[in-house]
Amino acid sequence: MADANQGNRPLSPHLQVYRPQITSVLSILNRITGIGMSLATVLIAWWFLAAATGAEYFAVVDGFLTSWFGILILVASLLAFWFHFFNGLRHLRWDAGYGMGMKSVMRSGQVAVVMSIAATILCIILAV
Amino acid sequence: MSYLTDRKRVDGLGVARGGVEHWISQRVTSIALIPLSLMFLFPFLHNLGADHAAVLQTYSHPYHAIVAVMFFIVLCKHLHQGLQVVIEDYVHAPRLLLSSLILNKLFWGATAVMAVFAIAKIAFSA
Repeated sequence: MADANQGNRPLSPHLQVYRPQITSVLSILNRITGIGMSLATVLIAWWFLAAATGAEYFAVVDGFLTSWFGILILVASLLAFWFHFFNGLRHLRWDAGYGMGMKSVMRSGQVAVVMSIAATILCIILAV
Repeated sequence: MSYLTDRKRVDGLGVARGGVEHWISQRVTSIALIPLSLMFLFPFLHNLGADHAAVLQTYSHPYHAIVAVMFFIVLCKHLHQGLQVVIEDYVHAPRLLLSSLILNKLFWGATAVMAVFAIAKIAFSA
């Protein structure tokens, strides 16, 4: 119970020397995409506020969001959304107690990555 | 330091009983967002870059207005919960921690209210 050597033990894992694995990389990507989508949320709320304000202001905001810089943010957010969506399903499945074997975890990770890229491309085609 | 017992080491660092509710609530908002995000996304992509009148027409329809309102409320709640966990993990200085937790809550509350107001205004005035 009471460990007398609590302060002197090696820390684990050392991120600098740890080989990146699909498990750890997708885990941190889930966080990064979640944080990143804050921006898209605020931008879309702004878009709605502009639409509610009037045609002139809407043209400004809609123009910004459909400029190359706006599209860059939105496409990145779309990819972030689909990744967070599919990886979130993966997390919910684990929370329900399924798919936690090593093989299953890696397989579902690969599926989440492929699905998110495919869904992003599909959405871009639909939107254009 | 190394003579302290484990109990003594965690004493006064805060409650250990308050996490389950937050964890479960985060799963509930993520489940709600599965249909809501999909129901919101496709009409939104269709309306982005469309002219003002077309956007007003879409979101004055009860279906799109209600979906968009529900989506923004649950999304802002989910962002608040997710970012709270991130802040709790990485911010350790007590004052900075408390102020960022408060700011996070107020920010997403305000964003939700603004989005809901905007959608309601479109829905009720068109």
